[in-house]
Amino acid sequence: MKKRFTVSVFTEDIVGILNRVTIVFTRRKINIESIAASESEIDGIHRYTIVVSESEELVRKVVLQLERQVEVLKAVYHKDDEVIYQEIALYKVPTNVLAGGGEAEKIVRSHFARVLTVEPDFTVLEKTGHHSETQLLFEELEPYGILEFVRSGRIAITKPMRTLRSIVNELELNNTN
Amino acid sequence: METLEKQITKTKNKTMTGAQAVVQSLIEEGVDRIFGYPGGAIMPVYDALYDVEDKLTHVLTRHEQGATHAAQGYARATGKTGVCLATSGPGATNLITGIADAQIDSTPLVCITGQVKSTLLGSDAFQETDVIGISMPVTKWNFQVTKAAEIPEAIAKAFYIARSGKPGPVLLDITKDAQFEKVDFEYQPFVSMRSYQPVPLADHVKLKQAAELIDQSKRPLVLFGQGLILSNAEEEFKTFIEKAGLPAAWTIMGLSALDSEHPLNVGMLGMHGNYAPNKLTNECDVLIAVGMRFDDRVTGDLNRYAKQAKVIHLEIDPAEIDKNVKTDVAILGDAKESLKQLTRIINPNSHFQWLKRFRTLEKEEYEVVINKELNPDSDQLSMGEVVHCINERSDGKSVIVTDVGQHQMVACRYARFRKSKSMITSGGLGTMGFCLPAAIGAKMGAPEKQVIAIVGDGGFQMTIQELGTIFQNDVPVKIVLLNNEFLGMVRQWQELFFEKRYASTHMVNPDFQTIVSGYNIKSRLVEDRSELKDAVQEMLDSKESFFLEVRVGKENNVFPMVPTGASVSEIRLK
Ligand SMILES: Cc1ncc(C[n+]2csc(CCOP(=O)(O)OP(=O)(O)O)c2C)c(N)n1
Repeated sequence: MKKRFTVSVFTEDIVGILNRVTIVFTRRKINIESIAASESEIDGIHRYTIVVSESEELVRKVVLQLERQVEVLKAVYHKDDEVIYQEIALYKVPTNVLAGGGEAEKIVRSHFARVLTVEPDFTVLEKTGHHSETQLLFEELEPYGILEFVRSGRIAITKPMRTLRSIVNELELNNTN
Repeated sequence: METLEKQITKTKNKTMTGAQAVVQSLIEEGVDRIFGYPGGAIMPVYDALYDVEDKLTHVLTRHEQGATHAAQGYARATGKTGVCLATSGPGATNLITGIADAQIDSTPLVCITGQVKSTLLGSDAFQETDVIGISMPVTKWNFQVTKAAEIPEAIAKAFYIARSGKPGPVLLDITKDAQFEKVDFEYQPFVSMRSYQPVPLADHVKLKQAAELIDQSKRPLVLFGQGLILSNAEEEFKTFIEKAGLPAAWTIMGLSALDSEHPLNVGMLGMHGNYAPNKLTNECDVLIAVGMRFDDRVTGDLNRYAKQAKVIHLEIDPAEIDKNVKTDVAILGDAKESLKQLTRIINPNSHFQWLKRFRTLEKEEYEVVINKELNPDSDQLSMGEVVHCINERSDGKSVIVTDVGQHQMVACRYARFRKSKSMITSGGLGTMGFCLPAAIGAKMGAPEKQVIAIVGDGGFQMTIQELGTIFQNDVPVKIVLLNNEFLGMVRQWQELFFEKRYASTHMVNPDFQTIVSGYNIKSRLVEDRSELKDAVQEMLDSKESFFLEVRVGKENNVFPMVPTGASVSEIRLK
């Protein structure tokens, strides 16, 4: 049975590692729904947050194959209820539809979207939330004309995981033995 | 200890070019032989090799694929890391088949490619290929070097990664400007990296659980693979199976790790393996897999594979656990160490009645298959009788190198071994063309051993140009060509599963005798049984390379066989 999983991959910060990470998914023809790359709380360690919909059994195998990569320190997977996650979406809409306190302005208010910039011909709105929330705002604004739209990949903080620091400490300790 | 010594003798602060640093680093790693092919982007390294020919021998193969297979043969025969060298672009892409083969068969290789100048990277320069990108899915690790100063550490790391844990191929791509640049050379062996834990430690609780299962088992079956050979655990393994009286069957990658005549050796697993171990896989109560990875050619249909058995898996690579077969007890770690500990805590035992089951099925296989293969009643020679004849005339201590196809399966089934590291074959990738160059590498790695290449007429012609390498370097390998004028294995499938529609499997071959004579290689052609023994003897006695071509039955089949999609216990004797 397919479910949505968030895979977090912690790697050394080097050129090409993203390629190695994605190859593990593409070899098994798994579609990556979203991917976000950033640094972690530890200098020199990067983290990738990858969302896929697959069976848990397959995701478990993929995670082990990710960890097999020489420069991957740790890979873990979680179900949606085991992570706190967010996405950010930006919407560029014509300024005139927002002006004058009409329906569009109500929509923006009801979604608690932030106004990032107002230019004479366009306004940029920001909304953070789950995919369904940013999507709803998109759908409600659509009739007024969306000039440009972008949504980030999911970023996620895990509820149950050990701290990365303690994992790295253990890895470093293993190696000095 | 070795590292300490090296630290003391390490070369200090000598200014040299990056290319010289490459060569010096190889020498520091104890490399004395490399295989390769020159070209523009790697010329500085070749130039540096010219100065150290007394310490580091470069073998010029006739194709870069040949260099990789030769390095693999060298690595598999010696347990050392094979090294190859190639230029950028086509030189680098020609390495890929061998690298993929080494990856799936866990062979330690360090491949070094030249690359265009760093300022030209990504610009579609002459002979520029993104070899880092291309090789990523088939290397254990790869890295592009653009500065001379990175060279010593990159090479040290490459060797460390290639040979530690589950071994594999690594590739270093070195830009030409890095080869020219000057560097203060200092070499230190690579010790560890936090993101890579090559050998997980065996877990005592798991060992105890495994021992309990083994002690309680009435019908145990051990499956072993190349992991045994890679961890030098042959002795520990023997002690283990002898203590508990465990019948042991092998994958073709594990072949030769246990003496063929050992009373607990119950034969070959998988598609063309022996009848007994395949059948009884589905009757055993405990299955103990050691250093093997349940390849689909070994397991057949996984849904009907050893479902009745508790499965114990001794394995170094965590990603292999539960990948194909669900385990009840997984023991991570190096096979040598795990086996030592497990042997200590299991009870002595014997399974006489259970072993008898194997013997009964063996007899059945002998009557229906083996006897006919080794003593054919037709005039046509069989592949099996050629292998059998080699067995009888050598002491089981020869190294057999095979290509891929029917002759490979026949060689694995019938060759007899008394020493480990004596079967070199392309298992996971099934790479035709592997045999001839791998045999060259094996002979160079183990010059004291008789090295016999057994090859089909198809695969021989895939890397036939390596006869030139044999000729130029006087490599005394023995080549046995089993000529059936067909791509035999494919033809067999066409016969059995495609209504004998022989699409593109018939081969019109050249006169191989004439070809090898052009390389000054002694040869003999056997078309009649009466000549076989004498010809094999002449080949074995020859101090030089020798080419023995045997015309075998054109439409012979290899049996037993587990058809694709079938269960191992549905193995067919005919
Ligand atoms: C490079 C490569 N191409 C194709 C195949 C598919 N294949 C497997 S066995 C075989 C036939 C081999 O024929 P030959 O070398 O004559 O050996 P035989 O089976 O007759 O012993 C082929 C084509 C392969 N394994 N490798």
